[in-house]
Amino acid sequence: MIDTLIDLILFAMLVFTALAIVRINHLFAVVMLSGVFSLLSALLLVTLDAVDVAFTEAAVGAGISTVLMLGTIALTARTQKKSSRSGLVPFIVVTVTGAVLVYGTLDMPDFGDPNAPAQLHVAPEYMAGSIEDIDVPNVVTSILASYRGYDTLGETAVVFTAGIGVLMLLSGLGRRRREDEEEEEDV
Amino acid sequence: MHHHLILRVVTKMLVGTIILFAFYVQFHGDFSPGGGFQAGVIMAVAFIIYGIVFGLQKAKQVFPEWLVHKLVALGVLIYAATGVASLLLGYNFLDYGAFNPGHPIYGQHWGIFAVELGVGITVTGVMVAIYYAFAGRPPPMKDEDW
Repeated sequence: MIDTLIDLILFAMLVFTALAIVRINHLFAVVMLSGVFSLLSALLLVTLDAVDVAFTEAAVGAGISTVLMLGTIALTARTQKKSSRSGLVPFIVVTVTGAVLVYGTLDMPDFGDPNAPAQLHVAPEYMAGSIEDIDVPNVVTSILASYRGYDTLGETAVVFTAGIGVLMLLSGLGRRRREDEEEEEDV
Repeated sequence: MHHHLILRVVTKMLVGTIILFAFYVQFHGDFSPGGGFQAGVIMAVAFIIYGIVFGLQKAKQVFPEWLVHKLVALGVLIYAATGVASLLLGYNFLDYGAFNPGHPIYGQHWGIFAVELGVGITVTGVMVAIYYAFAGRPPPMKDEDW
């Protein structure tokens, strides 16, 4: 009962935050509200007992990305440009997509169903093995770092690649080299 | 932000605590929520908050840009080297039992420690590097403009 109430309140706040983000033109407020949105998502993940994911959502979503978006605002503009087009077509597209997504959830197993396919394949082995074979109480860590070590290596490589990409685009290292070359040509 | 006295004092007090918490999340991730990804972000936040309050130049004196760029690659190398080390010891890639054949559970602990450390270092490096890239570009914004 109390769980349902908490879920309802959090989801209602999530929806209101999302609507406010859509309506407001002042980008500083939008960035702050998107941080609020991330914190609310983190709270919802806590109610689902997914504490590791909630931790990541709070640190990355509410922390780092807010800072980075503020940095972007500092480089660009403070307010959103008024769009001259009508919002009718995007609204219809979003509504239809949302309806299809909700329709898709109808076939999903019930929340917490022990007979759901995800609970029957390798999950029981991992749950037992995390204590017996690895002796790590946090199953998330044992799956992430040991059972699924390959995948995490790939994820780390993705973070690495993303970082290199942003550096190439933003840090001006490439531009500096080009300017050096131009200077050499001038000489 | 030279005139924000309270922010400066509070930041000075917080930075050390944030770094300590990052180490806790990093090395206690086997037993409590957390791990390399979260710890890396928290560690980066300590330097980012320092950079925001005291200025980018001060932050770059504490954590120079060349070091950040090296760390980005170092973490991935630590992770991959853990796998290569287990290969050289005659086990499968990333089979942590290799690090203590007599007691594979201890080997698992060493392996998880190493790869989580690699993840944490890369994530710290990438987050700080992206922040430096964003904040290092002109024009800097005046406080009043917000």
